[in-house]
Amino acid sequence: MGRLRRSMLFIPGSNAAMLSTAFVYRPDSILFDLEDAVALREKDSARLLVYHALRLPAYQSIEKVVRINPLDTPFGNKDLEAAVRGGADIIRLPKTDCAADVQRLEVEVERIEQACGREAGSTRLMAAIESASGVVNALAIATSSPRMDSIALAGFDYVVDMQTQRGDGIELFYARCSVLHAARFAKIDAFDVVFPDVNDDEGFLKEVALIKRLGFNGKSLINPRQIELLHNAFAPTEEEVRRAERIVEAAEKAEREGLGVVSLNGRMVDAPVVLNAQRILELAKPAYARS
Amino acid sequence: MNDNQRTVALEDPCLEGIERFRDYATHTPYLKGPEKLTRKLVGSLEEAVRRSGLRDGQTISFHHAFREGDKTINFVVDALARMGFKNLTLASSSLAACHAPLIDHIKAGVISRIYTSGMRGQLAKAISNGLMEHPINVHSHGGRVHLIDSGELTLDVAFLGVPACDAFGNANGQRGKARCGSLGYAMVDAQFARTVILLTEEIVPFPNNPASISQDQVDWIVQVEEVGDPSKISVGAARVTKNPRELLIARLAAQVIEHSGYFKQGFSIQTGSGGSSTATTRFLEKRMRQKEIKAAFALGGITGDIVDLFNKGLIERVADTQSFDAVAAESLAANPNHIEISTNEYANPSSKAAFCDQLDVVILSALEVDLNFNVNVLTGSDGVMMGASGGHSDVAAAANLSIVVGPLIRGRIPTVVKRVTTLVTPGACVGVLVTDHGIAVNPNRPDVEERLRAANLPVMTIQELYERAVSITGEPQPIEFLDRIVGIVRYRDGSVIDVVRQVKP
Repeated sequence: MGRLRRSMLFIPGSNAAMLSTAFVYRPDSILFDLEDAVALREKDSARLLVYHALRLPAYQSIEKVVRINPLDTPFGNKDLEAAVRGGADIIRLPKTDCAADVQRLEVEVERIEQACGREAGSTRLMAAIESASGVVNALAIATSSPRMDSIALAGFDYVVDMQTQRGDGIELFYARCSVLHAARFAKIDAFDVVFPDVNDDEGFLKEVALIKRLGFNGKSLINPRQIELLHNAFAPTEEEVRRAERIVEAAEKAEREGLGVVSLNGRMVDAPVVLNAQRILELAKPAYARS
Repeated sequence: MNDNQRTVALEDPCLEGIERFRDYATHTPYLKGPEKLTRKLVGSLEEAVRRSGLRDGQTISFHHAFREGDKTINFVVDALARMGFKNLTLASSSLAACHAPLIDHIKAGVISRIYTSGMRGQLAKAISNGLMEHPINVHSHGGRVHLIDSGELTLDVAFLGVPACDAFGNANGQRGKARCGSLGYAMVDAQFARTVILLTEEIVPFPNNPASISQDQVDWIVQVEEVGDPSKISVGAARVTKNPRELLIARLAAQVIEHSGYFKQGFSIQTGSGGSSTATTRFLEKRMRQKEIKAAFALGGITGDIVDLFNKGLIERVADTQSFDAVAAESLAANPNHIEISTNEYANPSSKAAFCDQLDVVILSALEVDLNFNVNVLTGSDGVMMGASGGHSDVAAAANLSIVVGPLIRGRIPTVVKRVTTLVTPGACVGVLVTDHGIAVNPNRPDVEERLRAANLPVMTIQELYERAVSITGEPQPIEFLDRIVGIVRYRDGSVIDVVRQVKP
């Protein structure tokens, strides 16, 4: 099973105190934001802070994402230089409308990797889709580059573009399905939108249940308090674990006995079901279990 | 001669030296008429002070149950200054930032010595910078009573602010506008002071019960407009913290308790009032329910969160020496199993028995913890006094397991340091340090370390925590002090455990 990516915690690049210690919250990925969370007059200092945070020993065991400003702003290329040279695992490109946006970014990343001696291709890309255009082009975006790692849906700009507003989730239904299908087709990961009300645990968990069911890998988060809630929601229940154990046992038994077909309680179990059971058991290990 | 007198031959040798009875009120004229009921009530503080016989050079005492909302100390010392008193020793169970007006009285020579558990704000800053000729004595809550017991600290006149009392002086903190809950600190002064003056907001019908301070301890009663503002006892203590860092630490602390070996039926617990400490109580609830464990008692400063578990039947008794919020004060008044205890009963090492000796687990805070687990709760990273000894060293010494909680870094200042600026609680009494970056267990508790590791908790060495901190903040430059001693830190047994020196300007 690949690395779990349930939670992607946003840290404002301008907040030195948070940058220096945010890893203690143990999200699956951490995102240093140079874009919307940073005021115009702090763009340069935030970039410098993020560059140094990326190099901190404590961040070496965690997946690091940097959200740069769009490349057509005065900050985008400088952000990219700092992020790639600093050692970001992934660059998150905001406001991705089409495949060409990613390809333009790819050219720049390749140039910087060469210039600083970083292994070619080691910087992966995440496209944030925030518009109707991005949603319609999701498949092209997801398959635009071998560096593509994931797609993230961003809700705020998208609902404005769609002339609607955040509500019970129906407003995001098409976009969620669209980016998710594109991601699954391209065999990359998909992240759901930020849930904006950090004091509404119930609403948050409702949304988490929905996106888990749809099949998202995880969610963008803006408050560390949401991490535990999210991880618990993604952790399998005891009943799921017990069922998965029975399936895996049956599969192992079939293999030992040289049988091509796995059966449990007289019913045939398909290979994808066995894979899913293995995934559930992995999720049930202490590192990921409910707390 | 009247009917009440008999002719007794006082010449009989067995009656030698004994006075002949004259009248039923010869020696207690104040009990003769109806004025006996109001004889303790005096019209002004000044009058009460005159009747107390207070003289220059003596010791005046106060309690700090109102903490930042205290109005009594400034009111009384202002009056004593106007009356021309000099060279007094001020012995308050503690002092807060609201006591900054004392600076002027120290400069004017009204106050020349101070005994306190701690101090904050401008007063602490001024004293750290050499305001006083004599260093202050900083004691723990239990240690204060020990200093009184030992004779070092003699309370000549206690000025005790209470929300309400009756005309004989029966007082508690449970009713009235300035309801502060437990009078645990004041009970000691009422017991030991030579003269006790109550300042009260209200005179209520006799008999006022329960009598936390009893009529037979009280000399004079002065009615005043206000003695304290209970809403400032602990601004935020009752608040449900939403700070993710405090919640992270609280969750870890609850996990440490769960796996410490002390989380058993009938265990006992004390938590402070800080965000992490209070939240630990809430994380504990889930674990107590899961394992069907109830606590026998909770001790010390009591918060609404503790009362919540008490009301839910998860804690059987609450022993309250300071009520940190209105919920705690209300519960003390309403529930017979929520009991009020003095600091003598709470934590005095030389009392005939102290509650803290029965305690299993305590959660304590810290400004600094060093590589030997020594704790500083008194001075900040700039060497200036900004905290209080409180019950820290008392309970750390007594409890079966002391858990110190705090963020590894505050702002850009590491909490884990090579050597604490000021030693208040010796490391030998600290079992576990819980930070947002991980947990360190004192090498003198291999039993606890083994259990926490077995539970997969993030146990590190304190050296590793220290290295983590300085890798982020860099090595702090040492603070520069002058030679002059401005504070003497007294351990709970009265010995000197450290001194605070004047900071270099």
